[in-house]
Amino acid sequence: MNTGEAATRTYTALTPDPINVEEIRQRVADPACGATVLMTGQVRDRHQGRVVDRVTYQAYAPMARQVLAELVQEAAGRWPVLRFALVHRTGVLPVGETSVVVAVAAPHRTEAFEACRWCIDELKRRLPVWKQEEGPDGVRWQEEIPLESSNGERDGSGRREGV
Amino acid sequence: MIRYEVRLFASLREQAGVETLDIELPEGATVAQLLERLSALRPDLAGGLRRVAVAAGQRIIPRDAPLPPGEEVALLPPVSGG
Repeated sequence: MNTGEAATRTYTALTPDPINVEEIRQRVADPACGATVLMTGQVRDRHQGRVVDRVTYQAYAPMARQVLAELVQEAAGRWPVLRFALVHRTGVLPVGETSVVVAVAAPHRTEAFEACRWCIDELKRRLPVWKQEEGPDGVRWQEEIPLESSNGERDGSGRREGV
Repeated sequence: MIRYEVRLFASLREQAGVETLDIELPEGATVAQLLERLSALRPDLAGGLRRVAVAAGQRIIPRDAPLPPGEEVALLPPVSGG
């Protein structure tokens, strides 16, 4: 519902289905926004020198959905952004397939860029999702960034200081 | 004693061969005590257990915090989403 107020509207999803990037871009369309920043992540064909054929993303789904919602809420409190969409894929993805989309629309570009960058960086730190890579050298879980207990207690202001 | 169903993910799930482990702990047991008990029961998982964050009710809680009864407990290895 568009009430004409400058309230942030958000969309978040964790999905086993292929992500339609254009559909996500349209979700953040807003006549009050002069800038849209769209960040998409794709499966790469190499990781740490090894060839990758495909990856599997496993999620702790109920917590991941909650974290996605928290990320856009926190970002909305930090920047004057009007629209956020944050989508992460689960399941088996071949090389080139989109694993994550961050779409941010704001009246001006500076806040859209900053909010988008913050969202993808924090997503990588906080989202309970794990990637298993498969290639000619075999199958291996990538376990890279330890989750921090302060995540569960943050008030939206204290998260960045120690990082 | 309180019974917990502990959810496993990624390499820990694969190594355990199951998606959940059942464990009983005294009332008021902490996260650290949960991990010690699991390591004793499943020494094969001890390495992975040292690296996890623990969520209860889908919130990560510190090692010295008591496990809230009745909440879902999950062991979360370092993450790699995005």
